[in-house]
Amino acid sequence: MSTESHRRLQSGEGLPARILELGEELRAEGVAVGTSELLDSFEVLKEVSWTSQEDFREALAATLAKSQEDRRVFELVFDRFFFRAVELAAAEQGVHEEDLANLGELSGEELDALRAQIAAALKDGAEGAMRDLARMTIAAFARRQEGSGVIGVDVQRIRRALGLRAEPQPQLPAEDPRRDGLPRDALRRFEALLRRELERMQIERTGELPPARPLGDLDRALPSGPLADLAAVHRVVAQLRRRLATQGLQARGHRSPAHVDVRRTMRASLQTGGVPVVLKFRPRRPRRPEIYVLCDVSTSVTSASVFFLSVLHALHDTFRKMRSFVFIERISEVTDIFEHERNFKRVSERIANDAGVADISGYTDYGRVWSEFLVQVEDDLDPRATVIVLGDARTNGRDPRADIFAQIAARAGRTFWLNPEPRLYWNYGDSVISAYEQYCTAFECWTTAQLEDFVRALARPGTVAAR
Amino acid sequence: MPLSSPAPASIADLAEGLRSVGYLPGESTALVAYLATKLGKPVLVEGPAGVGKTELAKALASYLGRELVRLQCYEGLDEAKALYEWNYRKQLLRIQAEASGTGWDAVQEDIFGEEFLLARPLMTAIASEEPVVLLIDEIDKTDQEFEAMLLEVLSDFQISIPELGRVESRTHPIVLLTSNNSRELTEALKRRCLYLWLDYPSLEHELEIVRLHAPELSATVARRLVEVIGMVRTLDLKKPPSIAESIDWARALLLLGVEDIDEETFNETMSVIVKHRTDMDVVAERVGLKLSSPADVT
Repeated sequence: MSTESHRRLQSGEGLPARILELGEELRAEGVAVGTSELLDSFEVLKEVSWTSQEDFREALAATLAKSQEDRRVFELVFDRFFFRAVELAAAEQGVHEEDLANLGELSGEELDALRAQIAAALKDGAEGAMRDLARMTIAAFARRQEGSGVIGVDVQRIRRALGLRAEPQPQLPAEDPRRDGLPRDALRRFEALLRRELERMQIERTGELPPARPLGDLDRALPSGPLADLAAVHRVVAQLRRRLATQGLQARGHRSPAHVDVRRTMRASLQTGGVPVVLKFRPRRPRRPEIYVLCDVSTSVTSASVFFLSVLHALHDTFRKMRSFVFIERISEVTDIFEHERNFKRVSERIANDAGVADISGYTDYGRVWSEFLVQVEDDLDPRATVIVLGDARTNGRDPRADIFAQIAARAGRTFWLNPEPRLYWNYGDSVISAYEQYCTAFECWTTAQLEDFVRALARPGTVAAR
Repeated sequence: MPLSSPAPASIADLAEGLRSVGYLPGESTALVAYLATKLGKPVLVEGPAGVGKTELAKALASYLGRELVRLQCYEGLDEAKALYEWNYRKQLLRIQAEASGTGWDAVQEDIFGEEFLLARPLMTAIASEEPVVLLIDEIDKTDQEFEAMLLEVLSDFQISIPELGRVESRTHPIVLLTSNNSRELTEALKRRCLYLWLDYPSLEHELEIVRLHAPELSATVARRLVEVIGMVRTLDLKKPPSIAESIDWARALLLLGVEDIDEETFNETMSVIVKHRTDMDVVAERVGLKLSSPADVT
């Protein structure tokens, strides 16, 4: 790293210090910003001028945010951070905008004109126009002295006064852009702009910054699924893959002839003057594990099914040879959905909508599920296969048909059961996990930590084999 | 086009240069590419298929007058195919040719020389006399082990060969890694790269691209085409049309001498942009019908 950046760093003032603070805030919001990233960003900022806002932001983003999700958080934090920094400086130096209060009362016509302009801008999604209009709106409403002092309340009050809604408003005349409802994300952006303007006014009034508010989940506008968890699940499943790939080889120990590694044989033969005395073999590539996952999506596991689906999602990310099924009363293969959809939220929507698991009663029928599963995969199931069942083994009083499950377990190489219920509740009520446990290894699994336990247990063949 | 142009002096310079070789960069693309040339850091380019990730590397190479070294990744790619391999056939011949005459020591000295080294893409890029552009395509297809091996190459630009010692880069290559985001890359790799997310271009931007590659197409048809492509991309398809496909389509329409894109032309030429049986049905139903109603031109 150059001495120049060091020197500037030590001063603790100016841009480098700000960047470090920004890095801190990003970390606080869960973006992995390392020292190397920060050093990179200093390097980068030598190349772009900080006077161009777009370049400045892009350059920082390129070094600090290394995935799309991180990028989204970055945008939010960046805006908030520099807005606050600028406002703080303005408040400290006593800079004030020209007084808006003496412009006089806003007439009804003016308000109508403003309303129409805002609606049009929202319809087009024009960012610049929206920003200007937000300022005008706030100024107009400030003159009417209607502030409640609570920013969130004021924003909603203004929105209602302007009649801005995402739902269609058929009572309005046909040429009004609000008639068909305004685009929801444009509306949200406009609200954010209003909020910012209100904050700006508040800071100006009080001369100090309000305490920093961590980004709410709503702010991030991420899918409803537990995404931080999702990342954790993905990490664990990546481990799972390595375990499954490397294990089983020594356990089953088939010794079919390997391929000769010509390159290494020749290398070795140099010792014997080019006569290949010692043959070197290619290391046996572990065969790709074939995985069958059955996932219960019935109502009794509703709370766990998001977690299960994220496990499935992560598994699909890591394994190529994998088939997944969801079941309630009947079974339905969803391999395709996972293969064509990367976005977790859309995956769960599609499973909810068109998986077609035919739940008339909404109760799981394990007996039927086993027999249908066996029919579907009978020909493909072999000792290389690993079957993983995600479910609570609550049969709702129906026949568990453990005999069919035993057939499945016998055909497959290994069978695991991940139960989302605490072990304490197993075999109480209609839970029949003990009937299945004779044929498979059951794990309690409702957190990522337990998922890791499962993976760790996999790595110790002894315990798994012992059952 | 300059044969070996000097490093670009500003972002605008680089954007202009890329334009001159037929690549219209977005704002952030030009910026990140510029930073890559300045800092010598690898760039990780992510985005959906067909937004010009690979094309960016080609354009950079041709603008900077550098050779493009491409490493296409796939599952099971290993060091012998990415880094280097000893040319053992040649080594063997050498041994046999000299076995009778010379002593063992002399032969052994010989056969582990650069003469017997088969350079694979990464090695080529590092050992090259002239600076190159190294494209590591679809890095997400490889195993994590390979990624780990890349780390040494990407951070220090050197390769260790046991028999020869270290090969250090003589010049600094510009490295682009592309990923279709089919799997999460390791933190360690990301940490060493600048990050660039390429998305489908905006309507205006794509119009510009199409006009650049099919300048004879009339302005109205080109605009209509880009709008239709935009519409198709909003559908839930297995494979949304890429930029390359919109260019192909533009050229196809040009060949057919089409004056306007109506439902009939669209259904006849749709296969240029939509490549799945099921997708075609969806598109024909949703977009084809819309085209027949003339009133929805914006």
